[in-house]
Amino acid sequence: MAALDELEREYDKAKRDRSFQRRLDELLRAYAGRPTPLFFARRLTKKLGGAKIYLKREDLLHTGAHKINNCLGQALLAERMGKRRIIAETGAGQHGVATATVCSLLGFECVVYMGTEDMRRQELNVFRMRLLGAEVRGVESGSRTLKDAINEAMRDWVTNVRTTHYLLGSVLGAHPYPTMVRDFHKVIGRETRGQILKAEGKLPAAIIACVGGGSNSIGIFHEFLKEKQVKLIGVEAGGRGHALGEHAARFDGGSPGVLQGTYSYLLQDDAGQVANTHSVSAGLDYPSIGPEHAMLKDTGRAEYVSASDSEALEACTTLARMEGIIPALESAHAVAEVIKRAPKMKKSDIAIVNISGRGDKDVGILRENLKLD
Amino acid sequence: MPLSFQNRPSLVAYVTCGDPDLATTREIVFAAIDAGAGIVELGAPFSDPVADGPVIQRASQRALRKGTTIDQVIQLAREIRQRSSAGLIVFSYWNPILHMGLARFAAAAQDAGVDGVLVTDLPVEEAGDYLREMRRRELATVFLAAPTSTDERLKAIAKASRGFIYAVSRTGVTGVRQQLPDDAQKLVRRLRKYSKLPIAVGFGISTPEQFMAVGGFAEAAVVGSAIVEIIERNRGKEPQSVAEFVRRLVAGS
Repeated sequence: MAALDELEREYDKAKRDRSFQRRLDELLRAYAGRPTPLFFARRLTKKLGGAKIYLKREDLLHTGAHKINNCLGQALLAERMGKRRIIAETGAGQHGVATATVCSLLGFECVVYMGTEDMRRQELNVFRMRLLGAEVRGVESGSRTLKDAINEAMRDWVTNVRTTHYLLGSVLGAHPYPTMVRDFHKVIGRETRGQILKAEGKLPAAIIACVGGGSNSIGIFHEFLKEKQVKLIGVEAGGRGHALGEHAARFDGGSPGVLQGTYSYLLQDDAGQVANTHSVSAGLDYPSIGPEHAMLKDTGRAEYVSASDSEALEACTTLARMEGIIPALESAHAVAEVIKRAPKMKKSDIAIVNISGRGDKDVGILRENLKLD
Repeated sequence: MPLSFQNRPSLVAYVTCGDPDLATTREIVFAAIDAGAGIVELGAPFSDPVADGPVIQRASQRALRKGTTIDQVIQLAREIRQRSSAGLIVFSYWNPILHMGLARFAAAAQDAGVDGVLVTDLPVEEAGDYLREMRRRELATVFLAAPTSTDERLKAIAKASRGFIYAVSRTGVTGVRQQLPDDAQKLVRRLRKYSKLPIAVGFGISTPEQFMAVGGFAEAAVVGSAIVEIIERNRGKEPQSVAEFVRRLVAGS
């Protein structure tokens, strides 16, 4: 609790410190490559015959996903707090890579926890982290995926709290993480608003994003929360089926519960034990969901759907062939949804899809699943 | 019934219920009480025991594979209560209790003769409903105080606690250690400013020397991983092995 209180206090101070914001903005610009483009997907739009589809290109950010927005913010905070060591959990490895990246940039010792199952299916990212100088510790317990990596990261933090900052990668965990991580990603939505108004002179009818922990989606949604005519659609991992253990769609069978310091919708069994989950995408493979998403679902402000493993894999290929963009399997879930939704929308409507990351890391999985070579 | 601390230090023994199975846990608990444990913490296994080290993690996994539920832990408490007046604390993470229903849990625990509850991941700041329900059922509420807790939080923890206060001896998770850090004594000293309740020091205690050392500044010592590891390593003779270990541990107190 003391560490969380310290973090909250430090974050509050930083929010009011213009020099902190200036330094962060400068790094986001000159180092990470912001702003990211909002791209009109002409061929995909034509193929689907409905809404005009725009893609927010978080995949073009340094390290290949939106994660670095949050990593830069938290690393600067850790610096202010005088910590010398940063630890993180990672699912698909993008957050781990972004953390290792900023640790090299700012001179922190870095340890990343990753489930051994995830290490196997996202090998490229494991290598990248080690090349960047981070220590990657495989987690063998439980399901050997994201939630187990979080458990281990929390154990490390609690043991080394005096020297170490836990750089949590999504809008999960105890307060202030869900708020803070969301705030660091709000830049996505802010840019999108300016960009779509410039390109089309009006706001989109729908914004679609994949939801694992919920950071990229809340990052793009937040700017538009007050404009009810903008539909917000979160796409969860539909996995292989509806039975508990076959997917990671928290709003499909989950119920309120507490996991890792967060009270939100949780996939759990009758005894209150956390369920195993499945998704072809490591980054969406998590049994709980950011609490702000739970609120948006309960109030009806956002709609949550799911895409299956096969729909995501197919969407990957479609985007690659229609627009020359290979999305991360996580982001492909959002692409799968726009493929279903756009044809049912008016041609004058705009649908924006957040491409939260690029798919290089998924080449192994894509190769296993698609018969190409 | 009130939790009593008759020896100095008293032994609070933790076991993960259902490892290797509930019947054996029952025998282990009786053996531990006979050998000198004054209070027993009945651990309900959880899928994601974030505050626990590898020993208790493994025990939890084994107990979960046997299908151990929190209902069964309460039932076990009832059976133990029928033959013993030792203090019984149900030790669990918050989600299984929440899922069972706080009111249902509290009623069942009281009915079974449980003395108190310790919820590992429920900080006092989030404990409003919990405290109300526990007080209604006259169940002691045991909270964890850490070396990194601020004075303000120690005060709040002291205020919310009943029965005893669990002082965590170091920053970290459960698990046996070679030495007891200085953190422990300092924490207990700070707690005494805010509470007259007995204090039990836990995490890392496994030898008679460490046990006796705790007696120098606290009313009780909690031994968890050491006992769970003995259970893990002595298949088929768990109750005897635990009894022997407990007898050696408390010999000097």
